[in-house]
Amino acid sequence: MEHYNMNLTLKVWRQRNSKEKGRFETYKVENISSEMSFLEMFDVLNEKLITEDKEPIAFDHDCREGICGACSMYINGKPHGPWKANTVCQLHMRAFNDGDTIVVEPWRAKAFPVIKDLVVDRSAFDRIIQAGGFISVNTGNAVDANAIPVDKESADKSFAAAACIGCGACVAACKNSSAMLFVSAKVAHLSLLPQGSPERKTRVVAMINQMDKEGFGACTNTNACEAACPKEILVTNIGRLNHEYMTATFTADK
Amino acid sequence: MLDAKIPEGNLNSKWTDYKGHCKLVNPANKRRLEVIIVGTGLAGASAAASLGELGYKVKAFCFQDSPRRAHSIAAQGGINAAKNYQNDGDSIFRLFYDTIKGGDYRSREGNVHRLAEVSANIIDQCVAQGVPFAREYGGLLSNRSFGGVQVQRTFYAAGQTGQQLLIGAYQALERQVALGNVAMYSRHEMLDVVLIDGKTRGIICRNLITGELERHFGHAVLLCTGGYGNVFYLSTNAMGCNVTAAWKAHKKGAYFGNPCFTQIHPTCIPVSGEYQSKLTLMSESLRNDGRIWVPKKQNDARKPNDIPEDERDYYLERRYPAFGNLVPRDVASRAAKERCDAGYGVGSSKQAVYLDYADAIQRYGKIEAGKQGIHNPSSEQIKQLGDEVVKEKYGNLFDMYEKITGENPYEVPMRIYPAVHYTMGGLWVDYELQTTVPGLYCLGEANFSDHGANRLGASALMQGLADGYFVIPYTIGNYLADEIRTKEIPTTHPEFEETEKTVAARIEKLMSIKGNETVESLHKRLGKIMWDKCGMARNAAGLKEAIEEIRALKKEFWSNVKIPGSIDEFNPELDKAGRVADFIELGELMCIDALERNESCGGHFREEYQTEDGEAKRDDENYMYVSAWEYKADEQWDLHKEELKYDVVHPTQRSYK
Repeated sequence: MEHYNMNLTLKVWRQRNSKEKGRFETYKVENISSEMSFLEMFDVLNEKLITEDKEPIAFDHDCREGICGACSMYINGKPHGPWKANTVCQLHMRAFNDGDTIVVEPWRAKAFPVIKDLVVDRSAFDRIIQAGGFISVNTGNAVDANAIPVDKESADKSFAAAACIGCGACVAACKNSSAMLFVSAKVAHLSLLPQGSPERKTRVVAMINQMDKEGFGACTNTNACEAACPKEILVTNIGRLNHEYMTATFTADK
Repeated sequence: MLDAKIPEGNLNSKWTDYKGHCKLVNPANKRRLEVIIVGTGLAGASAAASLGELGYKVKAFCFQDSPRRAHSIAAQGGINAAKNYQNDGDSIFRLFYDTIKGGDYRSREGNVHRLAEVSANIIDQCVAQGVPFAREYGGLLSNRSFGGVQVQRTFYAAGQTGQQLLIGAYQALERQVALGNVAMYSRHEMLDVVLIDGKTRGIICRNLITGELERHFGHAVLLCTGGYGNVFYLSTNAMGCNVTAAWKAHKKGAYFGNPCFTQIHPTCIPVSGEYQSKLTLMSESLRNDGRIWVPKKQNDARKPNDIPEDERDYYLERRYPAFGNLVPRDVASRAAKERCDAGYGVGSSKQAVYLDYADAIQRYGKIEAGKQGIHNPSSEQIKQLGDEVVKEKYGNLFDMYEKITGENPYEVPMRIYPAVHYTMGGLWVDYELQTTVPGLYCLGEANFSDHGANRLGASALMQGLADGYFVIPYTIGNYLADEIRTKEIPTTHPEFEETEKTVAARIEKLMSIKGNETVESLHKRLGKIMWDKCGMARNAAGLKEAIEEIRALKKEFWSNVKIPGSIDEFNPELDKAGRVADFIELGELMCIDALERNESCGGHFREEYQTEDGEAKRDDENYMYVSAWEYKADEQWDLHKEELKYDVVHPTQRSYK
């Protein structure tokens, strides 16, 4: 892999807190290595800002290996930036060229209010899980793990849906700020397993109700969510969600 | 001598006897008892959910924006359990024995046996919660091997086992939030423990959005705050992982156990430059199928694929024929360091070795061709089929490697090097997971208890969940049963007020320094001291230097740190400054502990104490104890010892040859 250095112009959204109005600020960064991660480039910029007695840019990040779901930057009009199936923390600077201008914004959605700069409040996702994103089994109740076989195809599909990291890129990508991909991933994960079956109907209805209450928009099937998802959660899960919801609401018994 | 309160009797019946005789709290009283849980990783989330289910009033705290993001989520390879589903000779005793041996005979028999006993329940519980473990075509659970073990007892969900287990525990926790049994406080950081009349009665924490300090009362406090690997600056930990909660507890009287026992993981992606902010692990499961090698010639500049087979040194297979590439982590890490130090390292930094999948791809390709009835498959066909099998098993790890390095591991061997990964040391706890401060408990990686001087792969998840789901629900009752008459103490109590004042004063002090060095640069310098002198290899002279250097760094920190912004706002630099200040103090204690332990064991390798062929040389006569350090004053600690008694296992020189 050829390594190179680059100079870049960054246009970054700055907003003191949820009450004040935000604006774009322009920054120049120099001698950025193509081997750096995007967030390491932000570290370099922040160190420079601190040294110059300026306020560093606030952004959410933690594991820096694409699994915790904390990082959430909207880069050049795309959640998590230009690479497919990727989080911001895994994006590396070789995705950019010397002289590029990069625009960085927070997730934009009514249900995700800005806390500061690029940091947003995603607690709506936790409340959707509280509404029904679980299997009601207390510690100590379980039967032997191999007592109920699960066919491999269902188990694999369930796992693929459970891979969701709750980052919110699907909402950020959607023109309606819909959370259908997030909700469908959880509904699919649990309803595909025999253990999740007893609460299938109540779960889907409760989660959808909470989703609406949080102010997420409706789904109009543009599939932008799937394209932006770092874990490649499939939109077919939304089909499954709709089917589960219909079954739950149109059948007489719960 | 410290008393760990390990129940008397036969090893097999200690835990059963304990459960049969510990005190219970009736449901009506549970409703009146409040428990504070700090940290929502596997240990914290599972404890919060389980105690909520039992009916206790629980308050849970995490610094992340959601409990689902705790760093347990990044665990890749798997979780051990003595299920013996593979019929390959596994048992509770084997898991117990492997863990004791893997820990180089520096852990407690009683604790480790309990861990092995409950391991099977964990898998049952997780499956019931909907954790989608890998399965075979018959619908039953699949297993794989991990280091230091000769059976297949590791359950996994691709390379995302930690994520799936944490989501299971997180969902159980959120269910209790919905039922009103648990109150969840995200973006909150614990900054001190409140003691009243010698007992833990609450915490002071900071709301990280507004900067406000808050007081919370609890009849007991559980610290489930993870490890302190970030003392090295570069580690596989998340950026936010820190020792602060445990350190505050330590300064309030909780002893710190074996602080120098840190695990350096052999398979991480090497450092690429000065700007590096963290290191990424490549799961130990890759050593199931990958082969580790370096060129036989020093400073060989050829590309890996140009080096012929007979000029490669598969040094693990050569040195340890019985376990080969699956030796425990401490052994594999030291072997890699030895080769690199001797000039056989690869890549531009020469601080790396190869992890090669070419053989595995060939092997799987041929098997697959046979399965599909393809006779005389071409080499392209074999490669393609083999790639597919490897992708199914390890795809996400290979993708991760390619994203970071820009190299395709299906075509070119991966470059790996050891990195700080886990800390076996932590707050000292007794059999009940209680620290030396009454009412203050410590679970998961944050405590020191089960892994001795080296943790085996796939055992961290097991311990975190064992502590949270199956141990603390019993042991905490034994304490709280005597607290049923204690009414909720109002947080206007003078001790709450006083503790909050101390916390506020420290934050104000930090902000008032207004020096010239950023928090990040001071942290980096601490990390360098620790890695160079208290890392994979240590010696007395280096440790003494390190202690002096850390003390100087502390002075510099407190006179020259530069923190932007203000107290009463979202200010990550301020959060980090407080954590780094604690890491500096911890670093000093780690070096003191490493200096005191004049032997090599597990991850603690003192260069003065090694066998002729470079293996760790224990000194059971003089060091068969847990070091538990009591904080006395700034730069002053007293050492207390807990003797380790082996009734069942006979410690021997650990051999993987």
